Amino acid sequence: MRIGVVTFPGTLDDRDAARAVRLAGGEPIPLWHADADLRAVDAVVLPGGFSYGDYLRAGAISRFAPVMGSIIAAANGGLPVLGICNGFQILCEAHLLPGSMIKNDQLTFVCREQVLSVENADTAWTRDYTAGQKITVPLKNQDGQFVADEHTLDELEGEGRVVVRYQGWNPNGSRRDIAGITNAAGNVVGLMPHPEHAVEVGYGPDGVQGPRTGTDGLKFFTSVLHSLVG
Amino acid sequence: MGRVVVDVMPKPEILDPQGKAVAGALPRLGFAQFTSVRQGKRFELEVDGEVTPEVLAAALAAAETVLSNPVIEDVVRVAVAPEVVGSTEPTA
Repeated sequence: MRIGVVTFPGTLDDRDAARAVRLAGGEPIPLWHADADLRAVDAVVLPGGFSYGDYLRAGAISRFAPVMGSIIAAANGGLPVLGICNGFQILCEAHLLPGSMIKNDQLTFVCREQVLSVENADTAWTRDYTAGQKITVPLKNQDGQFVADEHTLDELEGEGRVVVRYQGWNPNGSRRDIAGITNAAGNVVGLMPHPEHAVEVGYGPDGVQGPRTGTDGLKFFTSVLHSLVG
Repeated sequence: MGRVVVDVMPKPEILDPQGKAVAGALPRLGFAQFTSVRQGKRFELEVDGEVTPEVLAAALAAAETVLSNPVIEDVVRVAVAPEVVGSTEPTA
């Protein structure tokens, strides 16, 4: 399975995302922001970082990159797309997901190992989890506060489109502790925390087997492979 | 050369961390009378020739599609920039 990983100017986590795809059993395909060609990929990951310097607003300029025109069209046609951190912001700016992110409520950059609950285990990117499962993955951002109007939030809740929710502590003031959401079809998922940083023993968050043994993020990437093979 | 000014402000109900930080600094500098600060963005869009109604309409469209995000921001002004007395350009 060919999983595209997009690099924008300022993307930081494309290597980690590609590595996560490989560890999950997929073939990572590098995609370039200025190239509209999706290279026949079966799914796309928009990694985190600071695309285009986050000038104007985080994700605002990336959203108009040539590759995004192709991704938006393909996502509307069912292509699985995962946006992580800055990638989540790009999906919101592209109107593939509702809402937006603003500065963390405590005004500081947050970097921690964050416990999440998987609320929706039916999306293309979460089907290998079980609903209600608690996972721990790194979180690192400054503009991580998810906001939307009350009507949109009620709609997300009512339709089961909250994919992951912060547990124990809301690190950024996100409305209703929302850490990630999906579109109505379940093929597009965006989240602020970083599952791609918790995929390999020795490099992840602390896990039950000891320091840095956590690999709770890997199932985002195995999920999409299983979605694609049906 | 014509110039259009577009002002974008964070929505009233949205946290404005920059404004909050500035509001915190003002009293320390003796400006104790300001109870709140909100910080927005000002864009200056230049065109060749006069600012026509069509140019203003295009500026409004740009303001609403690119320059602002309606989830978190309001476009509060799209207007022809007034002639500035004296140049705002840096002098050589």
